[in-house]
Amino acid sequence: MKNTGIIFRKTMKDTGKNIALLIQFIMFPLMAVIMENAIQIEDMPEHFFVGMFAVMHIGMAPLNVTTAVISEEKEKNTLRVLLFGGVRPAEYLLGIGGYVFSACMAGAIIFAVLGGYRGKEFIQFLLIMATGIIVSMLLGAVIGIRSKSQITAATIMTPVMMVFAFLPMLSMFNETIAKIADIAYSQQIQLLLNGLASQTAPEPKSLIVIAVSAMIAAVMFTCAYRKSGLS
Amino acid sequence: MKAIEISEVRHHFGEKEVLKGITLSAEKGEIIGLLGPSGAGKTTLIKIITGQLIPSSGSVRLAGYDMRQPGKEIYREIGMMMDDFGVYERLSCYDNLKLYTDIYRIGAERISEVLKWVGLYEDRKCPAQKLSKGMRGRLLLARAVLHHPKILFLDEPTSGLDPATTRRIHDLIHQMQQDGTTVFLTTHNMTEAEKLCKHIALLHEGSIVEYGEPKEICRRYNHQNRLRVLLSDGTVTQLPNTEEAAEQIREYLLERRIETIHSTEPDLESVFMELTGRSLQER
Ligand SMILES: Nc1ncnc2c1ncn2[C@@H]1O[C@H](COP(=O)(O)OP(=O)(O)O)[C@@H](O)[C@H]1O
Ligand SMILES: [Mg+2]
Repeated sequence: MKNTGIIFRKTMKDTGKNIALLIQFIMFPLMAVIMENAIQIEDMPEHFFVGMFAVMHIGMAPLNVTTAVISEEKEKNTLRVLLFGGVRPAEYLLGIGGYVFSACMAGAIIFAVLGGYRGKEFIQFLLIMATGIIVSMLLGAVIGIRSKSQITAATIMTPVMMVFAFLPMLSMFNETIAKIADIAYSQQIQLLLNGLASQTAPEPKSLIVIAVSAMIAAVMFTCAYRKSGLS
Repeated sequence: MKAIEISEVRHHFGEKEVLKGITLSAEKGEIIGLLGPSGAGKTTLIKIITGQLIPSSGSVRLAGYDMRQPGKEIYREIGMMMDDFGVYERLSCYDNLKLYTDIYRIGAERISEVLKWVGLYEDRKCPAQKLSKGMRGRLLLARAVLHHPKILFLDEPTSGLDPATTRRIHDLIHQMQQDGTTVFLTTHNMTEAEKLCKHIALLHEGSIVEYGEPKEICRRYNHQNRLRVLLSDGTVTQLPNTEEAAEQIREYLLERRIETIHSTEPDLESVFMELTGRSLQER
């Protein structure tokens, strides 16, 4: 696993110069900061924007960046050269994943601070965020691994991202959508976050949907990885 | 043990047989060239030799390693420069190489050394996407030699580059060979092959149609063996290699009319033409 840190640093340097990806990391935390401070509507739940944007952050950033990094490296053949250099596929994926996870969690910390969470709740908030981020990253990795080019990857990733990032928000306005959205992990994450904000205990259904989604994502990832490796 | 040893290598892409039984070897420390027009199968062969592609049949050994099941160790011993190998576009020349000195666990001093060697030291902070084609080629070469490989594979290293960069890359390849590296290169440029390679193999539609030292090959096809004489009044005459011609030349010499006199061996281009009826430049 000696190369994991090297890949982590490489990805950090590289995405640090990629505005399109940097925006992914900071867009929703930044919007939450602005909206929380700019908009006060009566009767709106406290920290309404924190919950909403936190879920969008989970649905977009990890998925988008993981897919983009892996598919770009495949298309440009930098990944093949790394593997010839002796980097193992697992080291590569952990390096990329470790970086994307850290960058997304930095955003999660901003949400937690904005939401005014302290102590045990702060940790709980971050744990919920971490779970969602990991599921999104696994999906992103599956798409990146299975796609031959950046364009294909983006074409598959975009609708997936739309569904998971926007269903929870839309479900706030529409009962039918809310019912459908129930099976989306991001929707259940939103319910968990709402529960945390209003101090109500989580429903077992939320935990089940998230656990099942995580398992499905992990199985899909393992299959994609076993089937084509990284080539 | 030979540096490169391949025997009876065949390869199909679907129905199409792209390599039709290639047998070829290279001694340690020599520059060997694979010369052939576009589509001849050069890249396919170099991919097979370096384990990037598993041949349909035949055997490939590289420094003694079986390349049909390449292990990780072999990639510490070889360097590769393929035209589809990418670099990190947003990272600088320096950072692109730093990644690999880290992976190979070699000191960072090597980066400056290699950058100076290929003449990119002044541009070390330049992001790869801003490099010209020639500079990018040199960056790829720098990365290929970073870990002091024993065998270096170069797939059309100067294709599409300007004459100055081409000359520079030729010098670098020569230096590598002087330092004991075995170099395997492909090209469709016969001047390049003639200038650099100890041995060349002419590849045509998946078969090696001729192999040997460039001069030797040319001499072998020198059926006519004519002499080309430039006289002091500017006229050029071609003379056959016969006794009458010798008499004629003696006369010219006595009259002090000869400006220059050359034997006319065919070049590799015309040998290739004769063998295949095709030009190296054709697609
Ligand atoms: N992945 C591939 N699938 C199918 N055909 C291929 C593939 N790669 C190369 N070929 C075909 O094999 C032949 C030799 O290609 P290549 O080795 O790239 O030639 P060269 O490098 O000498 O120009 C060409 O006719 C090419 O179209
Ligand atoms: Mg080629």
